[in-house]
Amino acid sequence: MMTTCPECEGALALADDVQTGEIVVCGDCGVDLEVIDLAPLALALAPQEAEDWGE
Amino acid sequence: MKIGVLLSRVRVEEKWLFEALEKRGLEYDKIDDREAKFNFDAPGGWLAYDVVLERSISFGRGLYATQVLNAWGVPTVNMASVAATCGDKLATTAALMRANVPQPNVRVAFTAESALAAIEEMGYPVVLKPVVGSWGRMVSRINDRDAAEAILEHREVLGNYQHQIFYIQELIRKPGRDIRAFVVGDETICAIYRTSEHWITNTARGGKGSTCPVTPELNKVCVEAANAVGGGVLAVDVLEDPNRGLLINEINHTMEFHTTVPTTGVDIPGYIVEYTMKVGQEKSEARGQKPEVGSQRPAAGVAG
Repeated sequence: MMTTCPECEGALALADDVQTGEIVVCGDCGVDLEVIDLAPLALALAPQEAEDWGE
Repeated sequence: MKIGVLLSRVRVEEKWLFEALEKRGLEYDKIDDREAKFNFDAPGGWLAYDVVLERSISFGRGLYATQVLNAWGVPTVNMASVAATCGDKLATTAALMRANVPQPNVRVAFTAESALAAIEEMGYPVVLKPVVGSWGRMVSRINDRDAAEAILEHREVLGNYQHQIFYIQELIRKPGRDIRAFVVGDETICAIYRTSEHWITNTARGGKGSTCPVTPELNKVCVEAANAVGGGVLAVDVLEDPNRGLLINEINHTMEFHTTVPTTGVDIPGYIVEYTMKVGQEKSEARGQKPEVGSQRPAAGVAG
């Protein structure tokens, strides 16, 4: 599945079984992107790591 | 049985959990914690869940969501009381102390001055940790007084109020590794060594995983530690002290296992789902004997 990075507009290939909520990394600019929708496919900048994130 | 999976993002762990749920033919909803809403007076759709598996990446969201759910009688894996204890290192230390589970020496102070005095009494090196935090963030090894003064001042000036709860732990001379053990219910199902040349051995910080045998001694101390914090599905971090043996360092209540599954071959997501089913069945039967809170109210927003 091909799309473009919303940050740098670089081409981005996603796995066919990608899921909403998954994080992908743009190979061109390195930014973390969240898959926010599948139909149609939509990506957004992933939330920044917060202080209380973890295990 | 209907299961809710409260999550912040879909990591490989969540994908494996979804697969394990689907393999067992279980009905489940993915609930994004950014969209979840709770009306205390109208639980509505939340009561449809026999159990909620909490996988929030945010400690705060997971903790408060499970507190509300538990108040409504909806069981969670893990329960809110377990999250409250495991998510706070001082609370974990207190729980381990109550249960007489072996752990490193810890001192606590509330000002930079008293923290410095506590560090000097303990002797260098020590480890200063934020009481809430994960992945080794802001965990500081302090080798001398100069470093202590600098770090304590930074914490006091730059940190929020929690950074002024100074949690000081002795540095354990571990053999270049620690142990991450997975406890489900009353059994340690697997464990890995986390090895690193750095004194912080978290896999999130580059530690490499390898299989660690679950000896009777390791199983015993890990199950005791898990029970001390309330039990459930827990990842127990263990330090090997050359003189005192196994010491419990920390306990994680929403653990990652992307390193452990391929390393050990143990089906951790399968264990988690089986445990979650058991909790849901037990609580569902118990709840069936009394009226459900607010069940006649209009449905509240349940995201996902």
